[in-house]
Amino acid sequence: MKRLALLIMFLAACLASSALAASPEEIVQKSQAAFFYPGKDFKARVMMKLISANGQERLREMTLLRLNTGAAGGEQKYFMYFFQPAEVKNMTFMVFKYPAKDDDRWLFIPAINMVRRIAMQDKQASFVGSDFTYEDVSGRDIADDSHELLREEVLNGKKCFVIKSTPKKADSAGYGHKLAWIDKATWLPVQEEYYDRAGTAVRVFTAEAVQEVKGFATITRRTMKNLQSGHRTEVSYVSQDYNVGLEGSLFSERFLKQPPKKWIE
Amino acid sequence: MAGMSTIRPWFAALLAASFLLNAENGKAELSLHGFVQGNYALNTAASNPDGRDSKLAEERAQLKLEADQGPFSFFVKTDLAWDHLDDKEDLELREGTINYTASSWDLKLGRQMVTWGLGDLVFINDVFPKDYEAFFSGRPLEYLKKGVDGVKIGLYPDVASFEVIAIPLFTANHFPDSGRFWLYDPLPGVTNRQTDEPDSSLDNTEVAVRAYRDLAGLDLSLYGYRGFYRQPAMLPDSADAPTRLTLWYPKLAVYGASLQGSALDGVVSLEVGYYDSRDDRDGGDPMIPNSQARLLIGYQRQFWEDFTVSVQYYGERMLDYGNYTATLPPGMPAEKRLHDLISVRLTQLLMHQTVKLSLFAFRGLSSADYFINPEIKYNFTDHIWGALGVNLFGGGEPWTQFGQLDRNDSIYFQTRYEF
Repeated sequence: MKRLALLIMFLAACLASSALAASPEEIVQKSQAAFFYPGKDFKARVMMKLISANGQERLREMTLLRLNTGAAGGEQKYFMYFFQPAEVKNMTFMVFKYPAKDDDRWLFIPAINMVRRIAMQDKQASFVGSDFTYEDVSGRDIADDSHELLREEVLNGKKCFVIKSTPKKADSAGYGHKLAWIDKATWLPVQEEYYDRAGTAVRVFTAEAVQEVKGFATITRRTMKNLQSGHRTEVSYVSQDYNVGLEGSLFSERFLKQPPKKWIE
Repeated sequence: MAGMSTIRPWFAALLAASFLLNAENGKAELSLHGFVQGNYALNTAASNPDGRDSKLAEERAQLKLEADQGPFSFFVKTDLAWDHLDDKEDLELREGTINYTASSWDLKLGRQMVTWGLGDLVFINDVFPKDYEAFFSGRPLEYLKKGVDGVKIGLYPDVASFEVIAIPLFTANHFPDSGRFWLYDPLPGVTNRQTDEPDSSLDNTEVAVRAYRDLAGLDLSLYGYRGFYRQPAMLPDSADAPTRLTLWYPKLAVYGASLQGSALDGVVSLEVGYYDSRDDRDGGDPMIPNSQARLLIGYQRQFWEDFTVSVQYYGERMLDYGNYTATLPPGMPAEKRLHDLISVRLTQLLMHQTVKLSLFAFRGLSSADYFINPEIKYNFTDHIWGALGVNLFGGGEPWTQFGQLDRNDSIYFQTRYEF
């Protein structure tokens, strides 16, 4: 065991030193690969707690399935099944994510057994009413921002790159710029701060728990807080797994209407 | 309407069988959900024909029971309603099915909801039963749809997916009740009326088929239906001095297609259908609907966060209009060759999507009538929501689609505890 630990430390050190030479774009690319693309596929049972400034809580519980159909940074398919709240129980939602064009999205409404495409151009839109946007959930195109390595510093005991990302087109993002603390060891974000165009911090993302799952470092608890309204959203994974064998055929109207138990439970 | 509130014996047997099936095996997974709901609508334009001031006053409980056992699953959704206007209880089986799922096909037997086509409150290839009274009196939108009693087989070969539905038991649309709604009646003097629904026979079994697949990133569907109109035609016992009317359901076949995809920074929808009026192929019987061509064009776009606009154009064109006008009895209002309308739906979500403001409006292009439905809905908690809305009708002529509903304006309230 000791040898293995040493080996891992050595490898991590190699990774860290090779990372030193990386350009800011490469750092963001590696971070996105670690954050949004690990494994061939991914399955998680997600609890999302929406907490208002005065403490009122609302709960969203879902199963999230992701299949990579391209390389890291490329096309993906997402499938979501909602358990809670009761009003949306059995509802399913499917996204075909394309890096260079608008995503395709379908929603299944069980009460009338109907699958519909929904128009959603705005990737900065709130995900199910939470403080997370669709981009926060599935990633933003690297080429949409210009990236700058500001400094390296230790945050929460982790050695981090601090990257500043500024949208190339001002209206293409819900923020003026973003600071991300990216863990040199895992490439996962430890913290992100979103600023408006006037330079005021508006949202803060924090990763509270990281677990290694099948060799992939995974953020299993995270929070996004809106600093202006005081509203925050806490997301925790009840369970998670990679390379579970999702097939492309799952991402279809048939299974939106009748999601297989095997995949949603 | 027959069948609306009754549970047919066939289904009672089906349910009993399902319960037994699941009781046998302790491993069967059961889930129970549902809601209790209050739903009220007050007139704002005029009293009802029956003199009351309310379109709706009811409490309702819905139970949804689901069970699984291997490839079999079982689902029941049943409503018990307390109607204060007619002072009665109403037990309704909304859905009740046994399902079997194999890797490349599945089967659903029983009362089930089927929603086809792309229209928002207009229907071309959704040939399945509707409850217009529910819709116009301010019940939640899901009550516009009624289940069909039949069997659906899903087939999923690589080339395309298929749904094949056989419906041996006919279900008519439910139109607004003449005691609660002001409606146009071409023969108001004839009160002796009877309704003839198609018998259950092999010949009368309705068949609906849909094939669908992806076509270059677009969703393509082809549809076929052979069955009956769900809106009754009138058959008077005498053309000159009728004393008795028979309401019956003429034979219909529908062939159509739809295409939907991302375009123009939104979602574009196109749907067409040919309505073959099988009992009036030459269009020479003015009491039976003419064959029609129907067209729908829709566009939906999100303009800013949580604000979505959708617009539709819908048209239906009579295909034997000459024969229709030539045989129409004097005194009957003549329909136009082209009946068309536009609709707009605006939706804005606020406060972390707990508030929903919506506005839906139809405007008849050929008939110059309108229907407007603004609504505000608020989710007080994850379990409780309430909605307040208005249904406004008017314009056009006393016999046009929404013009005839002119005096039925109402304000409605819905509240639901869901578990």
